[in-house]
Amino acid sequence: MIRLLKILEFALSSLARRKFKNFSIIVVYSFTIAVLASVLLLTHSLKKMAMDVLVDGPDIVVQRLSGGRHDLIPADYSGIIEKIPGVGRVQPRVWGYYYDSLNHTNYTMLGIDEERQRFVMVDGKAPADDDQCMIGQGVAGAQHAETGMDLLLIDGNGIGYSCEISGVFKAASDLWTNDLVLFTKDALRRFFAMPDGLATDITVEVFNAREVPQVAQKIKRLLPDTRPITIDEILHTYESIFNWRSGLMLTIFTSSLIAFSILAWDKATGISGEEKQEIGILKAIGWDTGDVLTLKLCEGMVISATSFLVGVSMAYAHVFLLDAPLFVPVLKGWSVLFPRFHLVPYIDAYQIIVLGFLTILPYMASTVLPSWKAAITDPENAMRGV
Amino acid sequence: MILHPGILALLLGAFVSLVLIFFAALAGVKIIVHWDPSSSSAEQLLLERTTYLISTIVGLVLCFSLFSGLLFLYTTDDIHPLFIGAMCATGTLNANPIGWNVLLIKGIIFFLASLWVIFNAIDQHCEDTPLVRKKYAALLILTPLLAMDLVLQFRFFSGLHPERITSCCGSLFATGSGTAAGELAGLPPATTMVVFYATAFIWLCTVLFCLGKRAGWLRLLLFLESLLLLPLSLISVISFISLYVYQMPSHHCPFDMIQKNYSFIGYPLYIGLFVGILFGLVPGIGRVLGKTTSLKREIEKRERKWLLSAFVFFSLFLVLSSWPILFGKFQLFPQ
Repeated sequence: MIRLLKILEFALSSLARRKFKNFSIIVVYSFTIAVLASVLLLTHSLKKMAMDVLVDGPDIVVQRLSGGRHDLIPADYSGIIEKIPGVGRVQPRVWGYYYDSLNHTNYTMLGIDEERQRFVMVDGKAPADDDQCMIGQGVAGAQHAETGMDLLLIDGNGIGYSCEISGVFKAASDLWTNDLVLFTKDALRRFFAMPDGLATDITVEVFNAREVPQVAQKIKRLLPDTRPITIDEILHTYESIFNWRSGLMLTIFTSSLIAFSILAWDKATGISGEEKQEIGILKAIGWDTGDVLTLKLCEGMVISATSFLVGVSMAYAHVFLLDAPLFVPVLKGWSVLFPRFHLVPYIDAYQIIVLGFLTILPYMASTVLPSWKAAITDPENAMRGV
Repeated sequence: MILHPGILALLLGAFVSLVLIFFAALAGVKIIVHWDPSSSSAEQLLLERTTYLISTIVGLVLCFSLFSGLLFLYTTDDIHPLFIGAMCATGTLNANPIGWNVLLIKGIIFFLASLWVIFNAIDQHCEDTPLVRKKYAALLILTPLLAMDLVLQFRFFSGLHPERITSCCGSLFATGSGTAAGELAGLPPATTMVVFYATAFIWLCTVLFCLGKRAGWLRLLLFLESLLLLPLSLISVISFISLYVYQMPSHHCPFDMIQKNYSFIGYPLYIGLFVGILFGLVPGIGRVLGKTTSLKREIEKRERKWLLSAFVFFSLFLVLSSWPILFGKFQLFPQ
């Protein structure tokens, strides 16, 4: 153990003697790690945020299909679904998207009636009548809007529509509050010019989570023109999408990893005359090939560890402090007009190990042969500079 | 094929390990054919230098394979939400049963590569390096195993289809399910408990006797006992240890315990078991291989450390698995 520590100490001083060469490797190595780590951290954080939001979602969402496309669903379908044993609350939902051309953002608009108490108010109160609405904290921040001000919109018939902001609400996740505007159901139906008796979809609560697939099957049988989507299906889809996106990005960046490995190989192969002489002297004073090889591997480990720490710190700063400006457009979603939100910092040992496998392993593999070649240098030739 | 970061890391790791070990095996063949310690030719000198390279490579590969075993377990557990019906790693492994073979191969690679590294270190400390040919012949076994590891992992991960409905631990390890796992789960806990603790006690006593006496037969006995204790311990995990960890009388899964809900207790538990058994095997193999004086001397120098490691690691497994039995609230047998 003491021997290893002594060799490590020598490795550190040896690295310090060739500052410039090692610094250039550390810069490139750290950058490669930072890119891969950013992809991993960003997708993990996005996935976690999405899951946190979705996990509280309804057990089943029932949509109506017409010609294979999503269509408005008759609200009285909820009466049929309610009669299925094991089913709790069934609620037709009225919601939609709205592009605000003044502020260049997309809002999600949701109609609420009884469920207004679910929202924690920061300021004001829930909309009392059809001329009022409440907005998420994120929307309020982005639009500099507050309680009592008017929200100016253009409704489904192309006519200007103004409603008073009755309150501002908050939620655990930024995803909830950054684009959500809440109206009464009747007001929103009028706003979207939606015929009476129709809803966007129907949410279904199932008392026993294990019965969700059976209830979904029964709904499909009773109402053949509908598509019941279970919470598990939504979670699976999100999990797959984020895994696929990060996997795809990592695969693309593998080429940079290969390029880096070639660079590492090249740098490790091209040892200078001075370095050769140093190895020659070490061997002449009694170091054997194994010691020199350990020294070279220690140097590699120090470079890897330093670059790893620097790379992961860079990625952390890029993703969680700067909100990943380089990767967000690709990894977040396909929508260009997505609301802004802050990523929740999240990092675990699994990501670190995966990253280590993806970066340290190729580096060590590409430097082992050159290290050995350096270690077996004949002392006499080395000192003579042959 | 699921493009998951953990899967990509595992496949890349397996590929790089295979390339490295293949290179080492090629050099190993040269050594097997041309090795002549009495010669002082340039070729012999180069071969001797090559042994350093091979040792380093196998050392690296072992290090990666250790991590890759744990990473494989964690990844299979991590992707289980993608499969309908899966609740832990068992569900993922059942979604494409090749996964069970991957697990087996990883276990074999762990033992073989560790033994290789241990005996290589001893051999390198002997001036006459008596194990050279045997070592490099063993490398020819390790190489196809790593190739199988890569191929099987690729087939496993590429054959995983998220839409497939899989069965999880609840049904695989259910008593009376008709599967081998079901049979293991169905073993009477009381009898299995007695057999396991008796064997573990005998094994620990043998380790202590080995520490006190230098008799060769004791080491061979320990080797045989270790071979018996590994499957017996795994059976015990399924049969009764899992019941106490989960505090449920019918849940026999050996994988749920690696989840966060159970404080990742499975990792130290399995590391304790596998490393303890590994060091239990080493002294016996040392006795068989230690024919020359130099080897005997080197082996005897290290034997104490091996035996102590075996004792400490297996005790870790015993403590972790017995703790919930002794101090947990769950009572399997009415008092």
